[in-house]
Amino acid sequence: MTTAALDTARKPATMAQALGRALHDAMAEDPTVHVLGEDVGTLGGVFRITDGLTKKFGEDRCTDTPLAEAGILGTAVGMAMYGLRPVVEMQFDAFAYPAFEQLVSHVSRMRNRTRGAMPMPITIRVPYGGGIGGVEHHSDSSEAYYLATPGLHVVTPATVADAYGLLRAAIASDDPVVFLEPKRLYWSKADWSPDQPEEVAPIGRAVVRRQATGAGSPATLITYGPSVPVCMEAAEAARAEGWDLEVVDLRSLVPFDDETVCASVRRTGRAIVVHEAVGFGGPGGEIAARVTERCFHHLEAPVLRVAGFDIPYPPPMVERHHLPGVDRVLDAVARLQWESEWTEGRTG
Amino acid sequence: MTVLEQSGAYRPTPPPAWRPRVDAAPLLPDEEPFRLLGTPAAADFDSALLARLYQELVRGRRYNAQATALTRQGRLAVYPSSTGQEACQVAAALALQERDWLFPSYRDTLAAVARGVDPVQALTLLRGDWHTGYDPYEHRVAPLSTPLATQLPHAVGLAHAARLKGDDVVALALVGDGGTSEGDFHEALNFAAVWQAPVVFLVQNNGFAISVPLAKQTAAPSLAYKAVGYGMPGRLVDGNDVAAVHQVLDEAVRRAREGGGPTLVEAITYRMDAHTNADDATRYRGESELDAWRAHDPINLVEAELKGRDLLDEQGIAEARDAAEAMAARLRERMNDDPVLDPMELFEHVYAEKTSQLREQAEQLRAELDAESQEGER
Repeated sequence: MTTAALDTARKPATMAQALGRALHDAMAEDPTVHVLGEDVGTLGGVFRITDGLTKKFGEDRCTDTPLAEAGILGTAVGMAMYGLRPVVEMQFDAFAYPAFEQLVSHVSRMRNRTRGAMPMPITIRVPYGGGIGGVEHHSDSSEAYYLATPGLHVVTPATVADAYGLLRAAIASDDPVVFLEPKRLYWSKADWSPDQPEEVAPIGRAVVRRQATGAGSPATLITYGPSVPVCMEAAEAARAEGWDLEVVDLRSLVPFDDETVCASVRRTGRAIVVHEAVGFGGPGGEIAARVTERCFHHLEAPVLRVAGFDIPYPPPMVERHHLPGVDRVLDAVARLQWESEWTEGRTG
Repeated sequence: MTVLEQSGAYRPTPPPAWRPRVDAAPLLPDEEPFRLLGTPAAADFDSALLARLYQELVRGRRYNAQATALTRQGRLAVYPSSTGQEACQVAAALALQERDWLFPSYRDTLAAVARGVDPVQALTLLRGDWHTGYDPYEHRVAPLSTPLATQLPHAVGLAHAARLKGDDVVALALVGDGGTSEGDFHEALNFAAVWQAPVVFLVQNNGFAISVPLAKQTAAPSLAYKAVGYGMPGRLVDGNDVAAVHQVLDEAVRRAREGGGPTLVEAITYRMDAHTNADDATRYRGESELDAWRAHDPINLVEAELKGRDLLDEQGIAEARDAAEAMAARLRERMNDDPVLDPMELFEHVYAEKTSQLREQAEQLRAELDAESQEGER
């Protein structure tokens, strides 16, 4: 075995490690890449994603900022104006809200308002979602706010390889990218070769994680981020009930990959959108509408949504009742039988 | 020996030594706004620069009047006038070097124009044409910021980035008294001081945030005092004294360029016009207040100084007026042309590349436009 082969050997890695490696590689390749945020320097971030970056690249490249999210993103705008490529870390989903005005009023529309003269190549990393036992304000799924803001890309990985590839793509993008990191997958592991990252499709491409085999009643689970493993597990479990499920991992919510999603739904004729974010006004409504508009004649059942309840994120001791789990997905799958009373038990 | 010591009673351990991290005294602003015009110190002010500032003030006043008139003719959608504040506008622009950056708000088109931006392009936003009419990189003027104080952290970030790259670039950010209540004002000043970024913040305290007077905006001794809490110097200046504003800004810019860090400058001035042409200022302020400020007009102040030092005569006054009139006439004429916008451009600058959704929507609009034009031909 040669040394090169050793270097590229696939070995177990966590999503957190892959994200850190992506930041490291981007900074090593491009001196304009700067990381800034709360505790990203000496501590390496509360999730240790930025561990070692300050030591390697210095405080000017990976900077501990004052505790002020609007200031972090606002100064990143100025840095981008001067030709830098900032990567900012919002410590938690719900701590990103103070930066919302900078995001909506400047980051998302600077290219537009300057007729392309002033692009904003900023990556905004946001650890999001629940399931880690976090107390209040540490578990929000805030993607709907970002989706509703033209000018932003919104990306979220579900695998170790995608975490690396999508983050590299986000940093390389000349558009602002809200990079949502599913924090309960931070410690998920996969065999992964950091020196030869699997080829990752550009931002905007969904992937079929599990293909229908032709053995059973087909349906598509459309999902992203932390709900991808849930759907994979549900798809496996549904085989026993005679279902043959496809799982589409969107990876990118904006731009939305209508092509991959609709191709799957046209194959299967049934679809369920699964996400943690609240259902009302959530991404599932938009996705269900797009699928219905484009695939109506292929549909054999209404497009269903399995989402978080329409409640503020619950305390950790009861969060499992809120989060869409395998059973709730399987219940929805059972309702896809158009012949049965699919609305049974539904109050809506 | 005291009784306590004798008895061996509990004596608390003192906390680790504490002292203020910086001396606050040098950061404190003066009690009175700094003034130059009409004082003996004005004699030391560069007379050629003073003459130039005068010409710019006259031009600026005329620009404000012309832009306001254009709203009445329907040529501008709205105009937030800086009449009365021209000294701040002009001094801010002229205190900067070419490589520096200006971060204006919507009331600061005159500062952009004084820095070299084409007036028609500076007014593009207010015309209802595209949002930003000028290339920010051409004169290093950031887009006019409508959300108050949000441009201040941009100035800090840009100045910080420039310093990281080894460029001796300074950013000057304009904000009003109302804007100092915004969270972004606080965060920007804090970041600037922590990073020692080469930034100058100029607060044009014009007395009102639309209708709300300063007393309802802040309980600070003066807005310049806010600097002290961030660990940067605060300077208070007469905002209608163009020489004083220029000198204070010039010092702050030089200090920033030399690595001395940021400065907060509060210029006391007055918004002579309503908030915009759509506002009715008589609802919240009286004529006597206006009269008091008319007596302290920035143009009159500098004109008196120049005349008193035989640096300006009737001919010079006429020349400045004629130059301003010529500018206004050109502006009027150019604003008579209806801007031609291509609706298809709406999709051009959302992303570096159009998404498939935007391509679909562009096709939809194209079809609508084609249908419209066919109908028009019939």
